[in-house]
Amino acid sequence: MINFETSPEQYKHWKLTFDGAVATLSMDVQEDETLAEGYKLKLNSYDLGVDIELSDAVQRLRFEHPEVRCVVVTSLKPRIFCAGANIYMLGTSQHGFKVNFCKFTNETRCAIEDASRHSGQRYVAALNGTASGGGYELAIACDEIYLVDDAVSAVSLPEVPLLGVLPGTGGLTRLVDKRKVRRDRADVFSTLAEGLKAKRAKEWGLIDGSFPTSKFQEGIGERVQKILDEAGESGAGRGIELHPLDVEVTADGREYRHVTLKYNREGRYADLTMRGPEAELPTGADEIGELGDSYWPLRAYREMDDALLHLRLNEPLIGLVLLHTEGEIENVLAVDKALVENRDHRLVREIILHVARVLRRLDLTAKSFFALVEPGSCFAGNLLELLLAADRGYMLNDPEQKVELALSELNAGALPMPNGLTRLQSRFLAEPERAEEVFEHAGRFDAEEADGAGLVTFAPDDLDWEDEIRVAVEERTSLSPDALTGMEASLRFAGPETTDTKIYGRLTAWQNWIFQRPNAVGPQGALTNYGKPTQPQFDFRRT
Amino acid sequence: MELYERIPNNVNLSEDKRLQRALEKWLPDYLDWWREMGPEGFQEKDVWLRTAVSVEPEGWAHFDYVRMPDYRWGIFLKPAERDARVGFGDNCGAPAYQEVPGEFRNPLRRIVVTQADTEPASVEQQRLLGQTCPSLYDLRNLFQVNVEEGRHLWAMVYLLHGYFGRDGRDEADALLERRSGNPDKPRILEAFNQPCDDWLNFFCFTMFTDRDGKYQLSALAESGFEPLARTCQFMLTEEAHHLFVGETGVGRVVRRTAQLMKENRNEDVRSLGGIPFDIIQRYFNYWYSYSLDLFGGEISSNAADFFAAGLKGRYQERKKYTEHLIKEDAFTLPVVEDGRLIERVVPMRNALNEVLRGEYVRDCVRALERWNKYIADEGVDHQLTLPSTRFHRHVGEYAGHFFDVDGSLIAEEEFERRRDEWLPAAEDRAYVRSLMHPVTEPGKIANWIAPPATGIKGKPFEFEYVRL
Repeated sequence: MINFETSPEQYKHWKLTFDGAVATLSMDVQEDETLAEGYKLKLNSYDLGVDIELSDAVQRLRFEHPEVRCVVVTSLKPRIFCAGANIYMLGTSQHGFKVNFCKFTNETRCAIEDASRHSGQRYVAALNGTASGGGYELAIACDEIYLVDDAVSAVSLPEVPLLGVLPGTGGLTRLVDKRKVRRDRADVFSTLAEGLKAKRAKEWGLIDGSFPTSKFQEGIGERVQKILDEAGESGAGRGIELHPLDVEVTADGREYRHVTLKYNREGRYADLTMRGPEAELPTGADEIGELGDSYWPLRAYREMDDALLHLRLNEPLIGLVLLHTEGEIENVLAVDKALVENRDHRLVREIILHVARVLRRLDLTAKSFFALVEPGSCFAGNLLELLLAADRGYMLNDPEQKVELALSELNAGALPMPNGLTRLQSRFLAEPERAEEVFEHAGRFDAEEADGAGLVTFAPDDLDWEDEIRVAVEERTSLSPDALTGMEASLRFAGPETTDTKIYGRLTAWQNWIFQRPNAVGPQGALTNYGKPTQPQFDFRRT
Repeated sequence: MELYERIPNNVNLSEDKRLQRALEKWLPDYLDWWREMGPEGFQEKDVWLRTAVSVEPEGWAHFDYVRMPDYRWGIFLKPAERDARVGFGDNCGAPAYQEVPGEFRNPLRRIVVTQADTEPASVEQQRLLGQTCPSLYDLRNLFQVNVEEGRHLWAMVYLLHGYFGRDGRDEADALLERRSGNPDKPRILEAFNQPCDDWLNFFCFTMFTDRDGKYQLSALAESGFEPLARTCQFMLTEEAHHLFVGETGVGRVVRRTAQLMKENRNEDVRSLGGIPFDIIQRYFNYWYSYSLDLFGGEISSNAADFFAAGLKGRYQERKKYTEHLIKEDAFTLPVVEDGRLIERVVPMRNALNEVLRGEYVRDCVRALERWNKYIADEGVDHQLTLPSTRFHRHVGEYAGHFFDVDGSLIAEEEFERRRDEWLPAAEDRAYVRSLMHPVTEPGKIANWIAPPATGIKGKPFEFEYVRL
């Protein structure tokens, strides 16, 4: 079982050091410390274990080190920055694992960009050696890229010419979309296995600058200082510590403080329950700071994040997740009110950004989600987003019992989807005024109002409820998992494209297709034959 | 009176809140439908009817006078067997489904709705026939068939209400909204949109079209979805009477024509007020071919899926067959390709509609032989026939092609040229209609049909089966 929790003391592959407002994140992959058997992590190549540490570091920098304004990403291996995802690891992995590995690494790179955009932590890639494939894709997720000019080191995306697959972490999209490299040059670069060295890479916009080996540290230092000067004083105050989640794991599920994940393996579905906050949590920024990582929204969504990752990587046979909430709506709304009122406070802002990221993780999870709104549930404010993120929402319509939904200001834009819209905007794309109308609705929504407003899919009454849910679950889990993944991904992200949606869309469509094709993974495929004396044999018919 | 006291049932209606609520809404709509679309002109008359009041041997055939709107439509399932199992398909041997498995909800609902739709449709088709009945005995049989088609609708609505949630309730409502022959909201199957406006049509319909129902119900009576199987098993006990009405009704018409021919060797049956064999033959060709369509396409992925899922078996699956998977078997049938008939081999599961149709054809041939014996018994030299199963088809492999009654492929022009030779023409229908005058005096019967061999339930033919 893959564990997603770690901390800097446990890192095997990264060193995280601090110098005032500058953090240095140095890659030093231990080649034998792999997550699975059958490959070695040579040349700073990575597997999921390496990326789980990177993801943890990016997260901790935001919560534990708010004083940091600039993060330098570099390598401790001489003349090698990073060789990207380990090819032998990919070659020996099941398809589903490859897909989820790529998705997770993409989420980590998007989190880097999120930290830069919203948390004022600028990332500088200091390429002290060659950055190939996923190595360059890590660099391109940073704000600025500097390459050592030693007449050897290069940046490259060798996936197409060497492996017959695509760069799987958004490299192609970011080349033309983020760095705005001219598409014909991007075409040349992406088919050139050895890549481009400093001079040409700079000319083509693949990097922001280069320094000779002897001046490299100094050059990076000057650049970092400039970023710090532009950023000004942080005035961020102390960070908070992210403690381990302390989860109780059983054969049937995972029990967290605010989250319960329970598997029904025979039925191939899981119940994922999020419990709302207690009453009368502190409402001031300082008190919230005192609570630190035990403050409900931070703790609960960290647990949710962990549960989602477990579902993805460790429970491939669970195809459907039933989302439940338990608690008092007014308590959730009180927390949302405190978050909104203190949103300019650094920690509170980080908490809101974190909630948004976890919800996007849910959006991007290749499982079906049905939200069940029942008595005692608290789908309100931030938790209403679970319902809106779900593929379907079922709400019990029973006049005898209190079953309600409620909105908060957080639903109005603080928790955007990967497409940049709120979930309400995405939901009501045809009638944008509807998204406004639900905010004008006075008070909470009972089942009929929620049904009328389009917030739920079905509102069966008490006599029908049990059977409707049973049949819906059985029907869903009987359908082709591949078709469902494609269908859900197509339906969830209506509206505009963003770099994020392009990356995940291309990944799920093109890369996953190529990963299944004989030209990549067949006996004579390029991925299969990489590192062997035999040459790949392609079926040259274009589709 | 509580709802569950008004509705005889063995489905524990008094405890089933969901079913009660659904039926409370549906029952008034059903009665409105019956008053509007049920037998025209006889709603307030006493009819000597059989009512099922329980599933016990003495209970399901209770005879008494009753006004049709007061008929106690009940909900009856054959009592459950212990440890029922799925009897065929990929899940053969697994415990039978007591609830609708979610993954089969939509196909099962389609099966139930399609079957259910035929029940009210036939009542609608026959609603004017009472006004031209050949005898009180036949009038009573017509109404018996009608109320039992109504009860079969109830049986299917029970399944929709009990097992298909809100979608099921919506479908149950829609069953009362469609109308036979209405171009805007027709019944689902074409045979149930054909007019049935004279008694020869009625007898042919109950002979040929209701007989499709027997085979569909038999296949569903094998279903691994136990409530459906048990519902259909009980319906089959009633269906037998409808088939009896059809087969003996056609037989009595045939016998009467043979009698008239024997008594008047040199005269046209028409001049004697009988129905000549050529018209009877054309009615057969018409109803038989439309009824064959009801079995669905000869090569059908639905049939294969339903069998694989254990939802719809073969005729007498458990009794007749020992091998219930039929994964390897193949079936050969003629299909049209490049303008000629060639043999095609398809997997057996895909041919199960055709297999069921084969059972039906054999049953029809058996009845035909009996009628031909009546003719021979009268010393008349004539043989009625059934056309080829390819003739005049609108569903399946042969639809869109043209065949003569022997099954030879012919051009459309030839078919159209000979249409009136094979299928009832307007003047045939007009002639038959001209014979349709009500005979309502006890013991009397119209000239174009022979009286039955016996009455109903030990009563003589002269019994006042309907009090007018």
